Amino acid sequence: MRKIFVEVYAHFSKEGEITPISFVWLDGKTYEIDKIIEKRNAASLKAGGQGIRYKILVRSKMLYLFYDENRWFVEFT
Amino acid sequence: MGRVILHCDLNNFYASVECLYHPELRNKPVAVCGESELRHGIVLAKNQIAKSYGIQTGEVIWQALKKCPNLVILKPNFPLYIRFSELVQQIYSEYTDLIEPFGIDECWLDVTQSTGILGSGRKIAYEIKERIKRELGLTVSIGVSFNKVFAKLGSDYKKPDAVTVITKENFKQIVWPLPAKDLLYVGSATEKKLSSRAIYTIGDIAKSSPEYLKRILGKWGEVLWIFANGFDTTPVTPPLFEDNIKGIGNSITLPRDLTSYEDAEYVIRMLSESVAQRLRQQYLKCFTIQVWIRDSFLFSITRQEKLQTPTFLAREIAQKAFEIFKKNWSFKNSIRSLGVRALDLVCANSFYQLEFDSLKKFKLEQLEKTIDRIRKRFGHTSVLPAVLLTKPDLPCEIALHNKIHPVAFFK
Repeated sequence: MRKIFVEVYAHFSKEGEITPISFVWLDGKTYEIDKIIEKRNAASLKAGGQGIRYKILVRSKMLYLFYDENRWFVEFT
Repeated sequence: MGRVILHCDLNNFYASVECLYHPELRNKPVAVCGESELRHGIVLAKNQIAKSYGIQTGEVIWQALKKCPNLVILKPNFPLYIRFSELVQQIYSEYTDLIEPFGIDECWLDVTQSTGILGSGRKIAYEIKERIKRELGLTVSIGVSFNKVFAKLGSDYKKPDAVTVITKENFKQIVWPLPAKDLLYVGSATEKKLSSRAIYTIGDIAKSSPEYLKRILGKWGEVLWIFANGFDTTPVTPPLFEDNIKGIGNSITLPRDLTSYEDAEYVIRMLSESVAQRLRQQYLKCFTIQVWIRDSFLFSITRQEKLQTPTFLAREIAQKAFEIFKKNWSFKNSIRSLGVRALDLVCANSFYQLEFDSLKKFKLEQLEKTIDRIRKRFGHTSVLPAVLLTKPDLPCEIALHNKIHPVAFFK
């Protein structure tokens, strides 16, 4: 399990809700987030870290995207 | 209905946070240690594996390395620990608003009123434990009991990641066989006094007469008897209602020994800046200044003096502290650690006798409050007294550590 920091485009609502929309992967391409399945506070025990965890669907692949202290990372195998 | 008190103690807090962020270290012995080049080189926390080598908190780094040569030593990251401490408190606050921190990694929670809605103390404790593990990746030991002292004993009873329930029915079986030193406020000196009179366990304390304990230990003897018998009724007091803070102080162990009055004045000024800022944050002024000095042979003294009028001005605190210092220290030995403390606190806008130069003092107060606002926006070192730029080998600020301070049980 690797921890890959990514650049994320997100929507910040008036209420302070953060919704990630897309992210830039290692190949330089921007990937749209098709669906956010779940959002909750969680620890990333395998990659190391803690924050708001978004369980997301990107091109039918399920990923965990973390927002940890102003940085975003993806848990990747 | 009896009280339901929880004592939550995060296991190996600093080391657990470090291992969370460094999964590659999880199967290695890890210790978080103060910086040895700044002479804070002691073990602040260790993980479970390091513990199995017999490494203890407070031990000097070289002693720890002797016990475990492959020990991974990490520098502390206090802002990260404070962040986790706040996250844990957010979870607690979903169960009760009566939360009393006891240091950065321990809290008492009074959940008496919540049990009607959320279930028994045991159920709440298990839920909190599982949430902390899932959401923060840390483990916690929780003691559930009918008073604060037994709740604390419960959290120490089984570690890590455990819940211990001590009730009025089972406390004699659980608490009484424990060694006397496990009881709050039984330090090594008290333990020696007790064991010399064949009082070895908490049960022995409970079964002794309070008069006898008072004869041996003074008023604390009676307090220990109350604790051991489960008669403690101390309330869980959230910091918001803490209207009787006894004092505000800062101390520091320096990267090099202080050998001159000029050095001491520098450090006193630095400490006073921090103490004054904290007084202003709490809307308090102090009537008494206390100075604590520890020399290179670890011998320490504490001296204090009263002020004419209460103050929260850094310059007045520093001036008085240095005056006390000069009266009491002749530099036969060099100084390793120094502390400044503000005592006899009163509300900042309480009435007192005006002086002839009150207007000047008022202007200085406005000036220092403005400095606070600048520091809040641009960082502590954005405005410093010029004298604090004269010694690059000594630190010029202490504000970072202001949030981490031990808390007294009796307030």
